[in-house]
Amino acid sequence: MDLFEYQARDMFERHGVPVLGGVVATTPDEARAAAERLLPEGGGVVVVKAQVKTGGRGKAGGVKLARSADEAAEKAGEILGMDIKGHTVHRVMVAEGARIAEEYYFSLLLDRAERRYLAMASVEGGMEIEQLAVERPEALARVAVDPRTGIDAAKAEEIVTAAGFGPEVKDEVAAVLQKLWVVYREEDASLVEVNPLVLTEDGQVVALDGKVTLDANADFRQAGHAELEDAAAADPLEARAKEKDLNYVKLDGEVGVIGNGAGLVMSTLDVVAYAGEAHGGVRPANFLDIGGGASAEVMAAGLDIILTDPQVKSVFVNVFGGITACDAVANGIVAALRMLGDEASKPLVVRLDGNNVLEGRRILAEAAHPLVTLAETMDGGADAAARLAHEAA
Amino acid sequence: MAIFLTEQSKVVVQGMTGSEGTKHTTRMLASGTQVVGGVNPRKAGTSVTFPSPSGEVDVPVFGSVADAMAQTGADVSVIFVPPAYTKAAVVEAIEAGMPLVVIITEGVPVKDTAEFFALAQEKGVRLVGPNCPGLISPGKSNVGIIPADITGPGRIGLVSKSGTLTYQMMYELRDLGFSSAVGIGGDPIIGTTHIDALAAFQDDPDTDLIVMIGEIGGDAEERAAAFIRDNVTKPVVGYVAGFTAPEGKTMGHAGAIVSGSAGTAQAKQEALEAAGVHVGKTPSETAALARKLLQA
Repeated sequence: MDLFEYQARDMFERHGVPVLGGVVATTPDEARAAAERLLPEGGGVVVVKAQVKTGGRGKAGGVKLARSADEAAEKAGEILGMDIKGHTVHRVMVAEGARIAEEYYFSLLLDRAERRYLAMASVEGGMEIEQLAVERPEALARVAVDPRTGIDAAKAEEIVTAAGFGPEVKDEVAAVLQKLWVVYREEDASLVEVNPLVLTEDGQVVALDGKVTLDANADFRQAGHAELEDAAAADPLEARAKEKDLNYVKLDGEVGVIGNGAGLVMSTLDVVAYAGEAHGGVRPANFLDIGGGASAEVMAAGLDIILTDPQVKSVFVNVFGGITACDAVANGIVAALRMLGDEASKPLVVRLDGNNVLEGRRILAEAAHPLVTLAETMDGGADAAARLAHEAA
Repeated sequence: MAIFLTEQSKVVVQGMTGSEGTKHTTRMLASGTQVVGGVNPRKAGTSVTFPSPSGEVDVPVFGSVADAMAQTGADVSVIFVPPAYTKAAVVEAIEAGMPLVVIITEGVPVKDTAEFFALAQEKGVRLVGPNCPGLISPGKSNVGIIPADITGPGRIGLVSKSGTLTYQMMYELRDLGFSSAVGIGGDPIIGTTHIDALAAFQDDPDTDLIVMIGEIGGDAEERAAAFIRDNVTKPVVGYVAGFTAPEGKTMGHAGAIVSGSAGTAQAKQEALEAAGVHVGKTPSETAALARKLLQA
């Protein structure tokens, strides 16, 4: 899960990373109140920043300065509701202004290839880091980090030296990097990025904008992470699927897909899309992995979600019975259709193979549900489902 | 021969007395695997009775992996414990000097994997997984959850991130059979990689052709392509799942997310084809390519 900037700011602050004051607001009035708290006595500025999980918000007009509380409210009014690269702005962060002397870059992330962590740092912050990495790779220091020891004093020193921080800021930056490591470790993050990390005119090193990605696998030991979820952003069907512990992703097509195992379901989407080329260009409507179990309840929950999608015209159930026996899956489908009753109104193509397949096919044949067609192969099933979707469209 | 796993492999099961562990120990024994023990400190000294092809078999439970190794000569451990306890189980196996540790558990925090992988590397231990179906050398040994009855021994080597796609491909090529099939798992950090398996298949005299299954996310397939170009002389057939996946969405596997231009199925296919790999568009087309090459 990616955090909003304000969530990252709060998390940084909790772990002792120096940040500027910042308060999230969802209305102009809230922004005014926030600015009243943050504006220094005798005048100054606050920055009103769109909170969206995408880059380029500055260029899109999502970051504005305000010199008074009223102006902050006015700017918030302009930014709230704005569309930035397909993301609607639902909140802004009102942040203290800072006089910036220098901008740096720092990130700590997973290095999948080397299977450890990688720290990246540059004294040339502020610009798009992807651009810097391509145009001036020598300006971006890359330092391997052992997951067991992380960024201790020696590693921090190695990073700031490699990045070429000057003697006047080196120690202070190194201290901040060690705090950022604590965020990474304690919060089960897979990315902590600060861009820019700044040196203010009064000599403070401050994390001005942060990006944090958290590992959902660690939720069992990170009690606070659930409330960081942006429930409003999820597609309503995805939110419902999540409630039922189903692994569902909404796509933009007509053929509903249910399968077991992430790889097989991804492959099924591709095969359906290829088959659709011969049937009016129909496409897969979703990704839905019901996992190894595939009990009647899980199958019913999955079918229920797919059949509620008004875009869906047919459904392809593609199951390879590995551990799961096909007879259990077939019983699940029959029971699910019975549970759904009249709600089950779209044609279903079912392909079963593997463990106990003959019994599974026999159960479906015997039930002879008018909406269910059996397919012998994955390709054949995809073709039949695409044809049915095209005919119904 | 086969890779990583032979008929001589002696397997201990960490988590054998749990429900998943019990179920899969039964299946491993049924397919001829030498399961020599389970590990559970609270049940040390007891044994569990399983059905097996040669009648019932009592599998002893040991208090630690080290005890199990000392008393049975085990050289493979397979782990079926829940995510919260997986790191401790893997670290115990590594510290005991187990040469091969197969981690089936899904949902292990990546921080834990990064930490135990670093330890494994230091101690020279091979890890497979986590979040993987394990590996099978058909007719010889089966460690994990891959169904043993899909196909038998043959001369194809298979390496895949995905479990059910592994089964699908074994099923498509069931008449030809496999030397070994290795499910490496779909997490962002995994022990054994495509490259490790490709290197082992290249050196295995019983493997004539390699099938490599990848999926969107990361750049493991691109790195495997570079390795194939420089090191693999046996024919390689590839398949990549996820051509229709939208950007920025996780498709089940933690690793299966497309971000920016890197990690797309298209990029992976092109990298593999540039390295001389024959890439199929679908599992059935991939199987047809393998069949043609093997029978040529």
